[in-house]
Amino acid sequence: MINLASKEIAHGWVRYVLTGIGLGLLIGVTMIMTGLVRGMMEDALSLARGTYADLWVVQDNTMGPYAETSTLYDDVARSIAGLPGVEEASNVAYLTVQAKHAGKDVRAMVAGFEHGKPGQPPYLIAGRPITKSRYEAIADNKTGFKVGDKINIRRNEYTVVGLTSKMVSSGGDPVIFLAMQDAQEVQFQKDNTSIYNDRNRLAANPKINRPGNSGLLEAVTDMQQSNHKVNAVLVRIQDGHDPEIVAETIRRWKHFEVYTYKQMESILLVKVIANALRQLGMFMVILAVVSTAIIALLIYTMTLGKIKEIAVLKLIGAKNSTIAGMILQEACGLGLIGFLVGKITATILAPLFPKRVEFLVFDSFVIFFITVVICVFASLTGIRAALRVQPASAIGG
Amino acid sequence: MDIQAACSKAIRMENVVKTYGAGETAVHALKGVSLCVYPGEVVGLVGASGSGKTTLLQCLGAIIDPTSGLIELGGEVIYDNGWKKEDLRALRRDKIGFVFQAAYLIPFLDMLDNVAIMPMLAGKDNDKARARAMELLKVLEVDHRARAKPSELSGGEQQRVAIARALANNPPFILADEPTAPLDSHRSLLVIKLLIELAAQYQTAIIVVTHDDKILPHFKRIYRLRDGIAYEEEGMGRPFDE
Repeated sequence: MINLASKEIAHGWVRYVLTGIGLGLLIGVTMIMTGLVRGMMEDALSLARGTYADLWVVQDNTMGPYAETSTLYDDVARSIAGLPGVEEASNVAYLTVQAKHAGKDVRAMVAGFEHGKPGQPPYLIAGRPITKSRYEAIADNKTGFKVGDKINIRRNEYTVVGLTSKMVSSGGDPVIFLAMQDAQEVQFQKDNTSIYNDRNRLAANPKINRPGNSGLLEAVTDMQQSNHKVNAVLVRIQDGHDPEIVAETIRRWKHFEVYTYKQMESILLVKVIANALRQLGMFMVILAVVSTAIIALLIYTMTLGKIKEIAVLKLIGAKNSTIAGMILQEACGLGLIGFLVGKITATILAPLFPKRVEFLVFDSFVIFFITVVICVFASLTGIRAALRVQPASAIGG
Repeated sequence: MDIQAACSKAIRMENVVKTYGAGETAVHALKGVSLCVYPGEVVGLVGASGSGKTTLLQCLGAIIDPTSGLIELGGEVIYDNGWKKEDLRALRRDKIGFVFQAAYLIPFLDMLDNVAIMPMLAGKDNDKARARAMELLKVLEVDHRARAKPSELSGGEQQRVAIARALANNPPFILADEPTAPLDSHRSLLVIKLLIELAAQYQTAIIVVTHDDKILPHFKRIYRLRDGIAYEEEGMGRPFDE
């Protein structure tokens, strides 16, 4: 038996392919949505994953440093480093800034790290690591900076000496790595006017600036201008030790909140980007429903366009399965063209999006499977219409 | 061929009634039609519009069920007062050829496949089906357009292909519903001549529903439908060279 579907497609292939392309654009949008969701998840985890830490020690009763503000003194790391099972502990500081370069602002996250410890840039795609103690930076290539660029962050100028890739904050902002002291200054040191005003306010406070007790004012002023704070302490555990047990020790004896990698991953995915994921997820569901409706309408319209031929086929003895098979194959063919066009469209458009659009082979398979299911489901409307055609309608009355 | 042998291969209707609807709104399309068409014979079926010609053809073609009566095709009962044969689809495919007012060819198939689809549906392999189709296209003198699509053919050529399709499974019966309606006088006569020749050649029993007065004189026998009853009339059986 000849394949009726392929014959009909070949007969009107221009219209068929154009329909498939239209459908493909719709599928392309769905794929980009999927890529955005996947990209958002990857972005959310990239910084935490890149630290290679086993534990995050943060301010008690907070979910810092990515989900909430957390502040610790930078000597906490030393006290934690001495606990049993701890391989090394290091301070990290995170802060979102507007870095200035060549008259333009780039929104970025500053990550302060200690050399050779958890939290440092995991790898470089260009340049070299930071070798000087001050005023050097490593930037993610998404910032658009190049090695040798001079960038301004708050009060100081930094030289970009290296570039990383795919190191972004949970919000998708590219990361600029600075040495810890620089990061602390960026985060905690105020500008000159603020310092001047704070000093005057303290001096005007009679409880602090008491006659005969000048040391109190000096001590409070020093404390206010202290930069010795960080946002979290990253801990790497010695081989053979259970991170949960070490975390419990820190919680019990040091009174900090401690998260393992799994817990941090959960915080990032469930707390930080959950709403955005739900939002995109809703769009994807709506797109899937719209796609199903459109494919169903297309197949139904295509079927109505050949009612007379279907009636003739039934009259001359074609089985219902032959006719249903023809409609189903045409629907699946549309889905296949749509998927290919969608994949190409999504791949071409993805780099134009400001946020990362990540395509996984697994996701492509899932979308292909869903497309086929939608096409099969949508073809039922056409098949139903075709099976209701009476052979008698082939004969004029 | 004696009468009994001929009847066993004929189209036969006995007191066939077809009523649409029920009660006061019931429409009695056929009120007890009896007719017989023998192998090798082409019979005209005429009647005013709404007289039940198409209903009769649909009952004969196993497309709709009669309300009562008996229908036999080649000695095989297909309807008998409420009882009907199973798998009428296969019966339509293997034993009945249909020719319509318009050719109703499948627009996405070429001429060869439009004819070959009949034996293919009956389970023949594609090569054999196409060989059979080509043979018929040659008989009907449209083999030179075998690879053309319906839209590339004239109305007359399309109608000849439709006849080839009707003959493709060697059906013993052909039902033609106004096959000359879209054709001019000359082509109408050619089509009827062709059907009469084919009936003689393949011993096919053919019923031709028509309104066309120009082709009526060429039938030897005519059934005229009036108020749901078929009246048999002697035809002129005029030869085509006159």
